Amino acid sequence: MDMTKRALSDEILMQVEKPARYIGNEVNMVKKNPADVEIRFAMCFPDVYEIGMSHLGMQILYDQFNRREDTYCERVYSPWPDLDRIMREKNIPLFTLETQSPVMDFDFLGITLQYEMCYTNILQILALSGIPIWAKDRGNGVPFVFGGGPCSYNPEPIADFFDAFYIGEGEVSYDKVFDVYQAAKRENLDREEILYRFSKIPGIYIPSMYEVSYKEDGTIRAFFPKREGVPEKIQKQLVMNLDEAPYPVKPLVPYIRATQDRVTLEIMRGCIRGCRFCQAGMIYRPTRLKSVEVLKQYARDMVKSSGYEEISLSSLSSSDYQCLKELTAFLIEELGEKEGVNLSLPSLRIDAFSLDVMQRVQDIRKSSLTFAPEAGTQRLRDVINKGLTEEEILNGAMQAFHGGWNKVKFYFMLGLPTETEEDAEGIPALCEKVAEAYDHIPKEERTGRVSITASASFFVPKPFTPFQWAAMLDGDTYSDRAHHVKDVFRKQPKAKSMKFHYHESYVSVLEGVFARGDRKIANVIYDAYKSGCIFDAWTEFFDYEKWLAAFAKNGVSMDFYTTRERPVEEVLPWDFIDIGVTKQFLASEWEKAKQGVVTPNCRESCSGCGAAKFGGGVCYDRKN
Amino acid sequence: MTVRIKYTKTGNFKFIGHLDLMRYFQKAVKRAGLDIAYSKGYSPHQMMSFAAPLALGVTSEGEYFDAQFNTLVSSDEFVRRLNAQMTEGVEVRDVILLPEKAKNSMSLVAASDYHVTPVQGFLEEEWDRLLRGAGKLLEQEQIEILRKTKKSEKVEDIRKGIYKLYADGNQLYMLLAAGSEYNLKPELVTEALCGFLSIPYNRAAYQVHRLETYMKNEEGALVSLLESGTKIQ
Ligand code: SF4
Repeated sequence: MDMTKRALSDEILMQVEKPARYIGNEVNMVKKNPADVEIRFAMCFPDVYEIGMSHLGMQILYDQFNRREDTYCERVYSPWPDLDRIMREKNIPLFTLETQSPVMDFDFLGITLQYEMCYTNILQILALSGIPIWAKDRGNGVPFVFGGGPCSYNPEPIADFFDAFYIGEGEVSYDKVFDVYQAAKRENLDREEILYRFSKIPGIYIPSMYEVSYKEDGTIRAFFPKREGVPEKIQKQLVMNLDEAPYPVKPLVPYIRATQDRVTLEIMRGCIRGCRFCQAGMIYRPTRLKSVEVLKQYARDMVKSSGYEEISLSSLSSSDYQCLKELTAFLIEELGEKEGVNLSLPSLRIDAFSLDVMQRVQDIRKSSLTFAPEAGTQRLRDVINKGLTEEEILNGAMQAFHGGWNKVKFYFMLGLPTETEEDAEGIPALCEKVAEAYDHIPKEERTGRVSITASASFFVPKPFTPFQWAAMLDGDTYSDRAHHVKDVFRKQPKAKSMKFHYHESYVSVLEGVFARGDRKIANVIYDAYKSGCIFDAWTEFFDYEKWLAAFAKNGVSMDFYTTRERPVEEVLPWDFIDIGVTKQFLASEWEKAKQGVVTPNCRESCSGCGAAKFGGGVCYDRKN
Repeated sequence: MTVRIKYTKTGNFKFIGHLDLMRYFQKAVKRAGLDIAYSKGYSPHQMMSFAAPLALGVTSEGEYFDAQFNTLVSSDEFVRRLNAQMTEGVEVRDVILLPEKAKNSMSLVAASDYHVTPVQGFLEEEWDRLLRGAGKLLEQEQIEILRKTKKSEKVEDIRKGIYKLYADGNQLYMLLAAGSEYNLKPELVTEALCGFLSIPYNRAAYQVHRLETYMKNEEGALVSLLESGTKIQ
């Protein structure tokens, strides 16, 4: 088979930016002959190559699917707008990187949904592939379009574009999907029947098999399966033994620099902390760890098979990994000092241990400390259950200042539930205290002036969090508040040592609509796409006016989805998904949030969230 | 210890830029388990330097880079181990050991030769005319072209950079000045030839292929960069 076949001519490749995005053939790319397999799976990250290639989840599934002899999984990314234009002009169908063959020739197109702002890119992918955009218009022979990833925990705004969603961690049920598909193909079943069979596989949600009815006020009256045998609830799929799950020890190595251009070592899934704004903290419950022995082996193997000179740890909160000391010591001594592999650190909780590690792996003068208190006052940090106190921040900063650091980064959110003016003003106040703390460092120990950079993002309530019922601030109020905070920063005595940035409101408002949207949003996305919106996650392409027009055209109110507080009894669009954590637990967390009562983390004591039903992880650590 | 490595860059690799190719080799050397030397400091990097960067779209069978190693294996072993790590389009051809204090390949480069082949969208008749016209162009005392940079445009005489230019079967052969003293790109010569013959120039219509990169030996003759050192036994 000719692996140098290319879907694009030299002439086109020489015209577009970074042609290496489209040619494939990277180190560790899987090569198979499509004629030798029975299932062809096109796996897509709906953003530009450099972003998509950085995504660990896709590398995991790529590796896993290709371990099956009967399956060839290939990759697709969004063509950058320069190529998009040429492909439309010349009628070039979207192709996979591996064999450069049209996506339309595949059995499956799987799209990973990592952030809401990629939704119009999904339509771009479908259109360029020649796949009908609306699932209902697809006939036999058209690839089955699957969605997965964090945004599939509320798939409703894009449900009409997909044949199926996979809810949960991909490692668990895809084998069943492929087996069922093989059998169905042998029986010559038509599309509808194959989908019906898929609907019985745990974790698989087939939107077309469900009916939604609405009340007059626009909220959901009922959501139910249309056909006998289709499950009412979809169970999240979870890997319980991470050590035994497949891991891509031969990672794909791009030619051009990707956003994450290094070996990524996933050390655990889930988070014990339970911050109330954080979706990942809930949907990946319970916390599961990889054993340090397995990780050491992976690290060695992956460095060897990729040639990377940098390795980074991946998890939601690496400081909570119990063998972190042993692991970092190994990475520094065995791989760093002996083989020249740099350790790049995820943000760790600042304490004596992390400062020591940081000192060993980075140039202090160039690096900065990172704190994510998220809120400016203790009261509000209690509301969001962020267990980070002012004292901890000041202690950590002082230790670091003594160690030679002088740059500090802070991450905050604005618009959190119950937030007052005082909370917002707490942001500059906290930064000021840290800046002043630097004055206590003896002059001879200082390495320069202290520099503090604080940034604030606009809080977006997410499904499956205690704040899923909360009202999001409206865009103008948020902007005013952010402005005010900026003013207060200017008035601080140490204003010259501090910088404050905040995100624009528009994108977050849209994110807010998509995050908690229902099926009525699909037409808006479709119209925005038709009017030219793609790559909305990129400021240079984001066009808010077009979005506003699409909402107006469909008579859909953004406020209904964003600024409206939902009563706890309301049927939410994502209620049909069972993530293990119960609605009852989330509701009690919402209540506790309003009262400013904190909940201990899973290692301190179990709060009975419901995730113990998976039968493993942190829920059982204590018991044996 | 510094070695010089000769390699080819063909197929898909013509779309991989110079910096990305460097990163590609850095990783390949590591995968091959070769004992490459690192600079000191917080972000150590491999001690590697490339001879003459190749423009995007151009293929080559005469590319070089120099790299420092702490320990060596034989030339054959170097070639074998590196080739086991290559993806389609790059092949390592030769490895030699340089004497101490040898000049690096980048400063040695004096010339490169190329084959230009028609690709598509180009009438056969015009290509024939171009092949036949090559000799006439070379008879000119001056060959002026407009060199455009981001900031300015200036007329430049490129005649001094063209050492040879003739039809080689159905291909156009050219030997051109390269390196730090004077560097002439084959695309410019093709463009000048088109201009000379009043043929509209279209870059996409030609495939340029570099055959070899040369340095000058003590007698001033153009020789391969491999002449700087010897095979490792
Ligand atoms: S059941 Fe308890 S230990 Fe398990 S995830 Fe929930 S709160 Fe944590």
